[in-house]
Amino acid sequence: MQAATGLPARWALLALAPLLLAPLLLAPRAARADDMPVIKVEMKDGVILPAIIEVPAKTRFKLEISNTGTSPVEFESLELKREKALAAGSTSSIIFRTLDPGSYDVFDDFHPEAKATLVAKDSVAK
Amino acid sequence: MIGAFVIAFREVIEAGLIISIVLAATRGIPGRGRWVALGIVGGLAGAALVALFAEKISDAFEGAGQDLLNAAVLIVAVLMLVWHNTWMAAHGRELAGELRAAGEAVRSGQRTAAALALVVGAAILREGAELVLFLYGLVASGASGADLQAGALAGVGAGALLSGISYFGLAAIPSRYVFSVTSALIIFLAAGLAAQAAQFLSNAGIVTGLDQILWNSSGLIPENGWPGRVLHALVGYTDRPTALQGIVYVGTILVMVGLMQVTASSKRRALRTA
Repeated sequence: MQAATGLPARWALLALAPLLLAPLLLAPRAARADDMPVIKVEMKDGVILPAIIEVPAKTRFKLEISNTGTSPVEFESLELKREKALAAGSTSSIIFRTLDPGSYDVFDDFHPEAKATLVAKDSVAK
Repeated sequence: MIGAFVIAFREVIEAGLIISIVLAATRGIPGRGRWVALGIVGGLAGAALVALFAEKISDAFEGAGQDLLNAAVLIVAVLMLVWHNTWMAAHGRELAGELRAAGEAVRSGQRTAAALALVVGAAILREGAELVLFLYGLVASGASGADLQAGALAGVGAGALLSGISYFGLAAIPSRYVFSVTSALIIFLAAGLAAQAAQFLSNAGIVTGLDQILWNSSGLIPENGWPGRVLHALVGYTDRPTALQGIVYVGTILVMVGLMQVTASSKRRALRTA
């Protein structure tokens, strides 16, 4: 009886294993994409540069954010559901898998007056 | 000064509301103060580490490190909340008074207090890393001035105070009802955290698809306004939820209610046959 009740639980665990391992399997594949476009954004004590951040739509790209000011910043977009806090002088990036064409509001959550727009456009190479 | 106050206050409140619910939910469990304190200290230490290694964490897994860490922290918190509520469904009544001396409930109560300490730690780790970065930035830049630092510290104090008030508000509920209220709060809290975790996994590229926006209520209750932020902390409100978030949210509620029903009814059966 004990074994019979134990079995489904074990099977459930087995079924869960691929889910738990998925991140490990996916990671090396993600690491290969070195050739993706890099778009740079500068944040400086309440200013986001450029004010209109142009990015390619429907493709992977890396948004490299540098905090060149003297105060901490937090790059945030509710529409994009992304946020990244950066100490003064640090640089970090956000990888976007795919974005629909359109414009998205972004702001600095630590400097409420700082706003910018991220515009995703279909690539011109087509 | 006002800006620093508001930002510090806001970040403290987001974790503080979760802590006050946890404290109310563990009322009557002996030694819970120690567990919650451990959760707070552990969470703060973790937040400092995350802030310190922010760049390294971000760069891990080709830029998905922060998303994966956030998702993992949230998933642990959700599992602990699910377990706590399931346990409460069986033992809540004993803790509420009638069978206070029941030794078994007290012993396993220690375990659920430990589980909720993990939730407290996770909440602080999640929200605290940003706060640590923000406060440290103010101190490190030095020149930013004493009034900014005073503003930020006042914000931390005011946030802690309001969290305390919300705890005493919950604690004032008669003990017969308090666990029903905290169980309900914890269900929505867990569902909100699970939906956030799903979004982080989606950002990390682990889960793909289901990213259609279900609705846009940003005109009604913007997520970055005060009501939006409080609702976000309490029930996981987001003004533009994706299909994935919606499914995970509803799914978590169904699983939790189901588990609580099953435990409560098997407990009743055990009592009847005993």
